[in-house]
Amino acid sequence: MTSLGPIAFTAPWLLLGLIALPILWIWLRAVPPAPVRRRFPGVALLLGLTDRETQSDRTPWWLLLLRLLAVAAIIIGFAGPVLNPQDPRDGSGPLLVVLDGTWADARDWAQRMERTRLALDDAARTGRPAAVITLTDPPDAMPDFQPAQSVAQTLPNLQPAPWSPDPTAMATLADTLSGAFDTLWLSDGLARDGRDTMLSAFEDHGILRVVQTPRSTVALRPAVFDSGNIALSAARTPIGLPLSVPVQAIGLDPAGTERVLASIDIDFAAGDGVGETLLSLPPELRNRVTRFALAGVRSAGAVTLTDDALRRREVALIAGGGAAEGLDLLSPLYYLREALEPTADLIDGTLEDVLLANPDVIVLADVANLSGAESDGLIAWVENGGLLLRFAGPRLAASDVGRTTEDPLLPVRLRAGGRSVGGAMSWGEPKSLAAFPDDSPFRGLSVPGDVTVTAQVVAQPDPTLADRVIAGLADGTPLVTRKALGQGQVVLMHVTANAEWSSLPLSGLFVQMLERLAVSTRPASPDLDDLAGTVWLPQARLNAFGALIDATAQAGVPGETLAGAVPGPNLPPGVYAFEDARVAVNVADADTTLATAQWPARIPVEGLDIARERPLKGWLLAAALVLLAVDVIASLAVGGRLRGPRADVAAALLAVLLIPALPQGASAQAPDDSFAIDATQAVSLAYVQTGDPQIDEVSEAGLRGLSDVLFHRTSIEPSAPMAIDLESDELAFFPFIYWPLTANQPLPSRDAYAKLNRYLRSGGMILFDTRDADTARFGSSSPEGRQLQAIATSLDIPALEPIPDDHVLTRTFYLIQDFPGRTASRDVWVEAAPPDAEQSEGMPFRNLNDGVTPVVIGGNDWARAWAVDQYGDPMFPVGRGSAGETQREYAYRFGVNLIMHVLTGNYKSDQVHVPNLLERLGQ
Amino acid sequence: MTDPTALRTRAERTASALPPLLATAEHLASTVILGDHGRRRAGTGDTFWQYRPAQSHDTARSIDWRRSARSDSAFVQDREWQIAQSVVFWVDQGASMRFSSDSGVPDKATVARTLALACAILLNRGGERIGLTGSALPPRRGTAQITQMAALLSQDDPADYALPEARGMVPHSRAVFVSDFLSDLAPIESALTRAADQGVHGALVQILDPQEEAFPFDGRTVFESMTGGLRHETLKAGDLRNRYLDRLAERKDRLSGLGRTTGWQFTTQHTDAPATQALLWLYSALEQSA
Repeated sequence: MTSLGPIAFTAPWLLLGLIALPILWIWLRAVPPAPVRRRFPGVALLLGLTDRETQSDRTPWWLLLLRLLAVAAIIIGFAGPVLNPQDPRDGSGPLLVVLDGTWADARDWAQRMERTRLALDDAARTGRPAAVITLTDPPDAMPDFQPAQSVAQTLPNLQPAPWSPDPTAMATLADTLSGAFDTLWLSDGLARDGRDTMLSAFEDHGILRVVQTPRSTVALRPAVFDSGNIALSAARTPIGLPLSVPVQAIGLDPAGTERVLASIDIDFAAGDGVGETLLSLPPELRNRVTRFALAGVRSAGAVTLTDDALRRREVALIAGGGAAEGLDLLSPLYYLREALEPTADLIDGTLEDVLLANPDVIVLADVANLSGAESDGLIAWVENGGLLLRFAGPRLAASDVGRTTEDPLLPVRLRAGGRSVGGAMSWGEPKSLAAFPDDSPFRGLSVPGDVTVTAQVVAQPDPTLADRVIAGLADGTPLVTRKALGQGQVVLMHVTANAEWSSLPLSGLFVQMLERLAVSTRPASPDLDDLAGTVWLPQARLNAFGALIDATAQAGVPGETLAGAVPGPNLPPGVYAFEDARVAVNVADADTTLATAQWPARIPVEGLDIARERPLKGWLLAAALVLLAVDVIASLAVGGRLRGPRADVAAALLAVLLIPALPQGASAQAPDDSFAIDATQAVSLAYVQTGDPQIDEVSEAGLRGLSDVLFHRTSIEPSAPMAIDLESDELAFFPFIYWPLTANQPLPSRDAYAKLNRYLRSGGMILFDTRDADTARFGSSSPEGRQLQAIATSLDIPALEPIPDDHVLTRTFYLIQDFPGRTASRDVWVEAAPPDAEQSEGMPFRNLNDGVTPVVIGGNDWARAWAVDQYGDPMFPVGRGSAGETQREYAYRFGVNLIMHVLTGNYKSDQVHVPNLLERLGQ
Repeated sequence: MTDPTALRTRAERTASALPPLLATAEHLASTVILGDHGRRRAGTGDTFWQYRPAQSHDTARSIDWRRSARSDSAFVQDREWQIAQSVVFWVDQGASMRFSSDSGVPDKATVARTLALACAILLNRGGERIGLTGSALPPRRGTAQITQMAALLSQDDPADYALPEARGMVPHSRAVFVSDFLSDLAPIESALTRAADQGVHGALVQILDPQEEAFPFDGRTVFESMTGGLRHETLKAGDLRNRYLDRLAERKDRLSGLGRTTGWQFTTQHTDAPATQALLWLYSALEQSA
């Protein structure tokens, strides 16, 4: 096999045939295409005609090129080209494939598996037994070498682990290795302790080859809170050019869906191994973040989980009384603010506003009376899981809150007045605190001796009192009481929040107590003392690919393990919870730096990219065939033989090739526009298509007749009437719609009803015609009438009445009192007049209907009375003789009045006031 | 010396062609319905046509005294013209006529023969004498004459382009020439002038194949006449199209101009068009020139 770049040839000598190509060129070029012989009697007329061009006596160059390419493809094809030729691998004896199997492997795990499979395939081909191990999950004993095929079948079981190999475990593994074998080590590219041990161990047993790709690895360090912002940092290797990696903050949105809440880039300066950035998020958003991840990187190292360290509670501080002028130090909230500011987000405002913000904690410092709404809102908030922390004070002591009955927002009933100890006017010394009981949240906090209480409110003795006390004074009086309310709790400190009643706010105990009450946030990481003896339950686990998996079913982890916080098989990265505290274990810690693994020069390092051998012979021969097929058609075309059926076949072939390239569905939108343009170019009357072609034809003819009459007699000049389909056409273009009803008309769809109602509300008019007034008069006694009822049920039709004598329809253009069509029933209904319509002074009619009636309902078969044929002659007889013609005339007049009414509204009704107006103007 | 077997074969082939030719011609002729085949004009004949006032050139013999006695002026009894006309045909039998561009289109010779024979049948029914130019078939009436004419028409001429035969024409008779008129024009011209000299009028029917009218060729082509006697090679046939069409139009012009000067009428019939229209044209052309 001779190699030529990435291509090798199995029979390279055949390539000498390419030398023949220029000869072929000259030879082919000299031979023109053979002429066609045709019998043609008209040849007598051709004699003496000479050719003006002499181009085709030689084969065109492009045809030559086509043929030469085909020949070249054949020659090269038979020379047996192979893409990415593989050298046969040397070596014999067992093969051990070692994978690091760390989180850094996860990003291209599939490629690693493919590379492993290839190595196993090679081993299988040469009959070498093989074994595969990962360093993150090392076997306890020397692995058994098995036939490579069966080992290849177990490959899908291998998964990377989201931690790094343990150096001690590696050393153990190095000791257990025995026998002679070759090793293929697929390195994840990161330098770490213990690698040298393994290197020498593998080299002791045989040839070692290393696969490692030069690539950039970035690990995201845990996010920390830094003066209002989130500080994000990441480590990278190799260290080189400036790099910018996007980081996404991921968390649940208010709807409970996990999404990217924020995004920011971490920039690495050139030559820097660590990049940092500050992310500023609103507290509301910040508390929702569950993890940060490098966008588009599937690796546990690219994810860092957040825990309590980042979560800041929102605390609302509300003090009783107005803005009393006083010293800061006397403010009821001063010490609270000082204690909470570093660890919590504080909210100020009125109680109503604060409740809207839904904080985690509301602190009421000496607030006694709450309004009913405030109280209800507060109770609802507490029952939803809020923590209400109240401090006593002069106002609470003086008020009657919780005196006789237990206030829902106070844990205990209070005795009036409270008590004061150790003051000038009282007996005894100021009281100190007792040790906290075991069931108290303050358990374990040391009580400093200098904390004294001089005044307090006192709880009424109640049966439940003992359960609710979580801290007391040395004499046993309750200092802090607590009760559960719904999912939340109410806590009362029986002293003030400032130093007026006690020195508690001045002590460090105050801060610790607030922390224990979960008012303030826990410090970044729990120390070992806190963790001793606790068992932390995994909430979610991170796999090597950076995906978060629910882990609530897994066994808990002792706090001591958690304290070390080095992720490993015993402590997979994830979120661990103890009571309401949550701690995240991440792959990278705050001091993580990365470096690329370096190998001694004697070790051959290969890339991960592998290319399979790909014989190109078939492709080249197929290409030659295609070229020859093209040559057939081209030759025919050049020789003038591409005629008749051949041309059809060639055209069909071309069409098959070209048709998919043509754009499709380009004219989808055009018809709608043309309909809209037609409808809006002039006023046009419209009718609803019933589906009965005869009725539709009559409607069209009727509206055409009416349009003609309008054109001749009035200033309305309608264009040709249009048919509308309620389902598909837009109605808003038409001022007037004629709707003949048939017994078997389908009901409009929901969308069509919505469209119709919109049309009726926005000033359109529909003339319903049941066409049955001669037999049924108007009502439900005919099938059409029943159909009208069915259709109108869902329409937004107002109350109706028969057209009153003074309706504006009777005088918009003609003065009429009858509304005949082909029949002359008086039953024509329009929107009812408002009940308060009154007859104006001196006017013959009431001032009715400030708008246009949206519907006119009747059965006089107007369309037939109006209908004219193409010559303008009436299509249907009306009545008899001249009386009938008079009736037709009145039908037209009704139509004119109707359209006038639609287009001018109550204009005619207003016109009657003109004399009055002129009179008032003094004319 | 003629090989008897070959002769027999040729004879049988000719005979087998005859009935279909006759049948198609009869079929074509039956599409033209003739009424009473009087000339509808005064002339020599047997049947009464009309009375007309005697004029100065009328001989006294011709005056119909019975009619004249009824009035003051003299009348002459006209008789319907029933003189039989002689119509001779020349149908191109040359090899060029045996061209057909497509299997669905009949060759030109078939069309020409069918047309001529159908016209002959019609004229025969109308009482005219029909025949072929030259001495082979002088004008005569009767079914036997049709049969004989069909037999003669079925013969082929081995030459590429047949020369028109203008001999054997009765003076003042009618003649029909059917050909593709693609050969040299000089013999045709001389034949027509000779005929015109004898007072013979008639019709020229040019039969053309659609390909000859369209010249839909392209590329390097060698055009050959039907026998291969004439050759023309071109490297780009498409380039010749316009010049060929020009020549063809010029030829048609000359033919119709020739017809105008000599009192002949000219038409072109394509082999893919129905023959009936040519037949009707031919029949009316003969009526007119009669």
